[in-house]
Amino acid sequence: MSFENEEKAKGYWDENLKLVLKLLAIWAFVSFGCGVLLVDILNEFSFMGFKLGFWFAQQGSIYVFLLLIFVYVKGSNALDKKYGVDE
Amino acid sequence: MDVQTLTYIVVGITFALYIGIAIKSRAGSTKEFYVAGGGVPPVLNGMATAADWMSAASFISLAGIVSFVGYDGSVYIMGWTGGYVLLALLMVPYLRKFGKFTVPDFIGDRYYSQSARTVAVVCAIFISFTYIAGQMRGVGVVFSRFLEVDVDTGVYIGMCVVFFYAVLGGMKGITYTQVAQYCVMIFAFMVPAVFLSIMMTGHIFPQLGFGAELLDATGNSSGVYLLDKLDGLSTELGFAQYTQGSKDMIDVLFITGALMFGTAGLPHVIVRFFTVPKVKDARSSAGWTLLFIAIMYTTIPALASFSRVNMIQSINGPESQGVPHAEAPIWIENWEKTGLIKWDDKNNDGKMFYSNTETNEMNVDRDIIVLATPEMANLPAWVIALMAAGGLAAALSTSAGLLLVISTSVSHDLLKKNLMPNISDKKELMYARIASAAGIIMAGYFGINPPGFVAAVVAIAFGLAASSLFPAITMGIFSRKMNKEGAIAGMLAGLLFTTVYIVYFKFINPAGNVSENWLFGISPEGIGMLGMVVNFAVAILVCKMTAPTPQAVVDMVESIRFPKGAGEAQEH
Repeated sequence: MSFENEEKAKGYWDENLKLVLKLLAIWAFVSFGCGVLLVDILNEFSFMGFKLGFWFAQQGSIYVFLLLIFVYVKGSNALDKKYGVDE
Repeated sequence: MDVQTLTYIVVGITFALYIGIAIKSRAGSTKEFYVAGGGVPPVLNGMATAADWMSAASFISLAGIVSFVGYDGSVYIMGWTGGYVLLALLMVPYLRKFGKFTVPDFIGDRYYSQSARTVAVVCAIFISFTYIAGQMRGVGVVFSRFLEVDVDTGVYIGMCVVFFYAVLGGMKGITYTQVAQYCVMIFAFMVPAVFLSIMMTGHIFPQLGFGAELLDATGNSSGVYLLDKLDGLSTELGFAQYTQGSKDMIDVLFITGALMFGTAGLPHVIVRFFTVPKVKDARSSAGWTLLFIAIMYTTIPALASFSRVNMIQSINGPESQGVPHAEAPIWIENWEKTGLIKWDDKNNDGKMFYSNTETNEMNVDRDIIVLATPEMANLPAWVIALMAAGGLAAALSTSAGLLLVISTSVSHDLLKKNLMPNISDKKELMYARIASAAGIIMAGYFGINPPGFVAAVVAIAFGLAASSLFPAITMGIFSRKMNKEGAIAGMLAGLLFTTVYIVYFKFINPAGNVSENWLFGISPEGIGMLGMVVNFAVAILVCKMTAPTPQAVVDMVESIRFPKGAGEAQEH
């Protein structure tokens, strides 16, 4: 066991889960939400020459995916440090 | 110099480069053969994974598909990128900490069961074979089209090259050749896309040109947005509106999901993240991978729309009256020779016309869209030569990655961990090389005698990955309680449900493969996502009714949840 005690281990994992779930919620929202389910509503809006829903489906979702991974990398590395389990 | 000589030179140089790298980075141990010794820097691993992931289909066909179906093509754009978020957040850091060589390794150890390992091995081999058959065909097609050798000879040449670096170099050789292949592939793809974007919209970045106004013949802004123009042309000619699509929303949702979860369950992608030194590196490497993929995947839809407008205007003319065949652009003439563009002058007016109604006189194959871009943008012959090298790089890099999974599954998971646990490292390495060679021969066979069902089985590959491997791996990490009975029952239920559904609609009753007959309106391409839900549900249910997980396994799950100590696990 690399954690000082059970409590720390649980704290680390809970915080990690919270971070992951938050990011996955955004992931689902931009792809399944903006790119598919809400696409007709968003298409009413124009964005940089695109219909907004179409833009999310073919461009925007990818940019958000990228951002999500790098936010996760930063967040989880910080978490490792906080609990002293980094390499 | 003519196009063909140039193509020989460019392709020859790239092949020499790949083989040179392979010879320099030969694998000496099983660890080097399976995971490149675990010492690949995360950025390079990201590049190699991107090359591994982007296949001949991504390079040659995807922009063509999007070009012809518009919004409906988004399922591939989102599906084949969104999976990396799942990989980064849910899988790769933990699997890297686990620190062994393969996906069946994890499933076998985590579920303390040889049966679980065997199910995973069968899935891994099946998924990889499905894929590789298509890749070798891609190699053959590129050879035959650009070098005018026949498809079979093309496949033989491709087999020899892959043999060289996959069998000799293992993961170590593959990784560094894939880095080179990524560079070749992305350069070949971007050059014509950028020039087409400048020509049509004046923007250097295709991603911006995609949303910009079209330029008129004099190079001034025409005041019409590219996508509005495209929607207008589509409706005028009897197609569905480009930005709207024609698939049902539920089906779009499930196909996107099946591709995302399937991506996250593909063994040849997962295994690449075992090659980096630390858990931290596995996380960031997934980000780099997606960045390198995104460069191509955000360009694909832009290129699709540019070439769609370009193609329609080249055929129908600016006034939609049709262009006389005698005045057709040179690329139409070139591709007519290959039979991939056909013109049938139904009304005998000597003019070409393209539409989705009975006035249509053209038959244009989707696969030419990318390969014809250099000609559409009036680029010199060396760009065409580069396209050939790019297509080959895409096909070869993916084949090599898949071959490695096949050989590892046989030598490591089947022989070392199952049938002959006492073989030495050297012997295991020899078996890995033999399996790899056998894999190439089989892949070559399928390349030369392509089974008609390749397109249909790709749906099965993603469906299987989503409905069997993805849930088993994520539950193995995120649930301490999940036991072997639950995991095996879940995998089998997901597998069975998905396979039966796809086989029924693709092979037994293909005539009935219409949305009225589908379960909840979900097509066979999207059923993997439902199969995944079935897997989770069955696993949780069975787990509740059976014996709890042994304490040693619970401890292992605890230990993969944080990064500290990953280096030690590697040395075992």
